[in-house]
Amino acid sequence: MLDIKNLHAKVSNQEILRGINLHVGAGEVHAIMGPNGSGKSTLAHVLAGRENYEVTSGEVIYQGKDLLTMSPEARAREGIFLAFQYPVEIPGVSTTYFLKAALNAVRKHRGLEELDAMEFLALMKEKTKLVEMDQVLINRPLNEGFSGGEKKRNEVLQMAVLDPTLALLDETDSGLDIDALRVVAGGVNALRRKDRAIIVITHYQRLLEYIVPDFIHVLYNGRVVKSGTKELALQLESKGYDWLKSETAAVQ
Amino acid sequence: MLATESKEQYLAAFNQSRSTRSAGGPSWLEELREAGIASFEALGFPSHKNEAWKFTSVEPISSQSFVHANGAAQSLDANEILSRSFVDAESCRLVFINGVYAPEFSRTQDLPAGVRVQSLAKMVRQNDDFLSVHLGRYARHQHEAFAALNTAFVEDGAVIIVPERCRLTQPVYLVFASVAGERQVMSHPRILILLGAASEAKIVESYIGLNSGTYFCNALTELIGGPDALIEHYRLQQEGDAGLHVGTLEADLERGCQLTAHAVTLSGSLVRNNVHVVLDGEGAACVLNGLYLGDKRQHIDNYTEIEHAKPRASSLELYKGILGGSSHGVFNGKIIVHKDAQKSDARQTNKNLLLSANAAVNTKPQLEIYADDVKCSHGSTIGQLDADALFYLRTRGLGLEEARSILSFAFASDVVARIKIDSLRQRLDDYLVARFRKP
Repeated sequence: MLDIKNLHAKVSNQEILRGINLHVGAGEVHAIMGPNGSGKSTLAHVLAGRENYEVTSGEVIYQGKDLLTMSPEARAREGIFLAFQYPVEIPGVSTTYFLKAALNAVRKHRGLEELDAMEFLALMKEKTKLVEMDQVLINRPLNEGFSGGEKKRNEVLQMAVLDPTLALLDETDSGLDIDALRVVAGGVNALRRKDRAIIVITHYQRLLEYIVPDFIHVLYNGRVVKSGTKELALQLESKGYDWLKSETAAVQ
Repeated sequence: MLATESKEQYLAAFNQSRSTRSAGGPSWLEELREAGIASFEALGFPSHKNEAWKFTSVEPISSQSFVHANGAAQSLDANEILSRSFVDAESCRLVFINGVYAPEFSRTQDLPAGVRVQSLAKMVRQNDDFLSVHLGRYARHQHEAFAALNTAFVEDGAVIIVPERCRLTQPVYLVFASVAGERQVMSHPRILILLGAASEAKIVESYIGLNSGTYFCNALTELIGGPDALIEHYRLQQEGDAGLHVGTLEADLERGCQLTAHAVTLSGSLVRNNVHVVLDGEGAACVLNGLYLGDKRQHIDNYTEIEHAKPRASSLELYKGILGGSSHGVFNGKIIVHKDAQKSDARQTNKNLLLSANAAVNTKPQLEIYADDVKCSHGSTIGQLDADALFYLRTRGLGLEEARSILSFAFASDVVARIKIDSLRQRLDDYLVARFRKP
């Protein structure tokens, strides 16, 4: 589904990604871990099409297409979804209002009929249950005055509504208490499907107890320095990242 | 045309109207007009040297000549006038075409007893004593050139009187439609609103241009709010592409009176809104709410002045502008707290969103505080659409243009939400959605 080959990217003239290689197949859940500043979030934003992140070399093939030439909205319509680490607040626009417009843009692109107001509300009712979100919140201005947990639930809600093929979760666990973490992870797990891939970016092993990945990759200094199965997370938990840092330094 | 020539032209027009004006009109009105033209002769058109006109040139008005129109020669469609001006078909309304009352489009049934909603010209013909007492009491024709011109040429307009303790629940609409013909027309509508003690009213002035020709509309409203009166006043402008508009609201609020005054400018070539509110009694309060949308080469200037004249009065002001194309917005917010106006509370905010590199805005707060125990705050911002918010919406599948339109709409939303007439707010919402969707 997704092939990242030797991806290099700069942010404000500083190279952050220095040759990422990653293969993600349909139905798989991958976790990307790594210390702060290793390039995890940059990778997520590059995949979603952030314009001020400059790709200097490498390629990304998504479902046989060159992803890097596509606009952010084209990627979204092709099934890529990014759950933000810091969801933006937009006063004056409710979740319901913008999500209906977004869903219909996506559906139109996929050759599906647009949903009318009633159909959309029925869908929202079903999906808000999935993330245990108060109906009142979705009619309030987007994320304005929301708690950290409410913002993250809103991200997973949007993901559930937009029905992506490849979901990128950027530190969705940050700032969550255990209850919120359980709900958010439950929402994500409900979306696991054999034709959908999920990439979970996290700093901590904790989230991976709730969303159990098929593969784990450790990012350090802009490269994948270690890949393995879920047991790798436990090793990281007990040894910390320093163990990998010294190992990487020895290789280089 | 030189400014002096232009001034002469108005003086000549006045002399001509003086001789042709039907004899037998009330002498007090003739005196008022004479005072108006004398003020204008002394003042002339304002220039950039005048602090209140620093960012706005009146040259489009002063360099052209306009004639009075006598109603509309061509046939007009009532439905078009009403829908364009955001007015419900069942509403109470007075409609004016080029400043002249048009009874065929108006509707004044079902008003509570004692409430008067009438054409000014008609009341003048009836020689109502009431008018001689109140007309011109608060307009500052000695200081304001456009108030002086309006006063000199006062003929028609609207008078609304709501007696004490009367609650007028349905809004009253005043529609001023301009129709430019072969000759460039001007109108000087005059509106007098008098609200008795503890009365309530919602009044909407809606100005529209029915074609793309050049015209000049110079409207002046005097609003007198009695003790504890509750007033919502709306001024909605949708002038034509070449329409020139100067609109003035002079409001005097007595003890405990609360006024919410909205100024919404959606189109017009040159628009200047003057709002002057005097909080003239203890505990009087005003909320000024403004929205201005600029496009093409439009120039929109909002000049507001709030005078805290008595203690414990409050003012809350929020004006927002969205400027695209090569449009130019101006906001000037003056707050004067007089010496005796202790415990005044004044808050002012002006926010501007620039949608294009060629759009510009000048924003200027002006505080003059002569009392020592007051709360006063002001803030202004000028910015562009938030890049993070744009990216966020695009990652959900919304195209760049749609994301921009949603964020522009969102920027205006808190001002729109303050509009308490449901049908008016809904029509404005629909208008904004359609306008921002345009590529």
